[in-house]
Amino acid sequence: MDDFSTAIWAAISMVIELDPDLTEIVGLSLQVSMGAVLIAAIIGLPLGAAVALFRFPGRSGIIVLLNALMGLPPVVVGLIVYLLISRAGPFGVFGLLFTPAAMITAQVVLVTPIIAALTRQVIEDLWIEYEDQLRSLGAGPTTALPTLLWDGRFALITAVLAGFGRASAEVGAVMIVGGNIDHVTRVMTTAIALEVSKGDLSLALGLGLILLTLSTAVNGAVYLIKDMAERRHA
Amino acid sequence: MTPPTTILPLALEEVSFEAGGKRLIKDMNCTFDGGMRTVIVGPNGAGKSLFLRLCHGLLEPTNGNVRWQGAGNSDPRRHQAMVFQRPVMLRRSVAANVDYALKLRGIQKAERVRLTDESLGRAGLGRLRNHPARVLSFGEQQKLALARAWALRPQVLFLDEPTASLDPAATHSVEEIIQAIHEQGTRIIMTTHDLGQAKRIADEVIFLHRGRMLERAPAEKFFTEPENDLAQAFVRGELLWWRLGKDNVTPQIPNE
Repeated sequence: MDDFSTAIWAAISMVIELDPDLTEIVGLSLQVSMGAVLIAAIIGLPLGAAVALFRFPGRSGIIVLLNALMGLPPVVVGLIVYLLISRAGPFGVFGLLFTPAAMITAQVVLVTPIIAALTRQVIEDLWIEYEDQLRSLGAGPTTALPTLLWDGRFALITAVLAGFGRASAEVGAVMIVGGNIDHVTRVMTTAIALEVSKGDLSLALGLGLILLTLSTAVNGAVYLIKDMAERRHA
Repeated sequence: MTPPTTILPLALEEVSFEAGGKRLIKDMNCTFDGGMRTVIVGPNGAGKSLFLRLCHGLLEPTNGNVRWQGAGNSDPRRHQAMVFQRPVMLRRSVAANVDYALKLRGIQKAERVRLTDESLGRAGLGRLRNHPARVLSFGEQQKLALARAWALRPQVLFLDEPTASLDPAATHSVEEIIQAIHEQGTRIIMTTHDLGQAKRIADEVIFLHRGRMLERAPAEKFFTEPENDLAQAFVRGELLWWRLGKDNVTPQIPNE
């Protein structure tokens, strides 16, 4: 377990020294993951709620598709986004390849189905409880949609956190579309993969520990906020 | 489009409702005029809740029509409200729950504030106006559901066993609110399991059994000399399934 203690030391000293390379990598990681989760939530929450509330042909197919897309392999998503934004691809003119924007795009594709599928379940359960009352007050599905998103906010936070977990942990998609370029697109997961392949296990482990800590901190903070609000509203 | 003075009378014409291949409401014909308090009684599964939901428009009848004959070209839904057995409270404050209902009716902000304060005050919930609605006790939540319905100034208020899970004190205050709403001119149509409550509230009683209306009579007549023999048994507090089991088939309920 020599590697492990060295890794912990490496991690601690990097954090204490506020190693500029490290802060850059951590900053970019958070920026990419949180940006992707924000966009995915803006798309996925109303999308999931709409699938839950409206009846239309092909609805069951969409539900199955959303659930299946939760398990999209990141490397496949990375490859598809790569093909779309590479110089020869249909969106090549925007010059997005190997930029943080490309990484965010790929992660949005990964995270949106997770948020949408979980939201659909939450809103559908809530609608069962609320439907008679809301219809009686004169609200159809269109009016009920924002109401239910707001009333389901505590359960939906968990859906968004699941999306954040996916975004912050995946390496395949950001590696392919970002390219792991130092000072440009290097994030924690790609840095860890690189250090492992270089044989610098202690640095990789150190980065891994920081990633775990950050992820726990984000989840902990969200939990505290949710818990306080929830206790207020019972 | 001028609002009608009243959307009543409400007429049910040959209304039936089927679900899962079973006829749950059978060939219902009746009319409700203004002014009164109608209480619908009957054993479990008689179709009391379904009947209210059909009248209120939450369910579409499989056959027949539900007509608001006085509504003219205005939307009758805007002049009704319903209170359910289990109050559904939104995750927001007491006042915001009332405000939400008023907002759906397109009422302006200043008027909403006035109506909210007034109805909460009358329901005795004024001091709780900023509390989150979901932390209220069950009885207080039901009072809030009534206040929310009251604020809408409905011409007709449907209540589906509003006190079924309340203790006597809460039941008493809910009944007081129902009476006060009625005194302002709202037509009351409610279901209950509680014969005592039916006696306290009803001007007229409807007795439902297995999806059919077996008796409709002024309250006093219903409780002293009901005509239908199942209604007689019900008023005496007998268990109707036992009666049915003994006689097997009763003439009032032809088998389908």
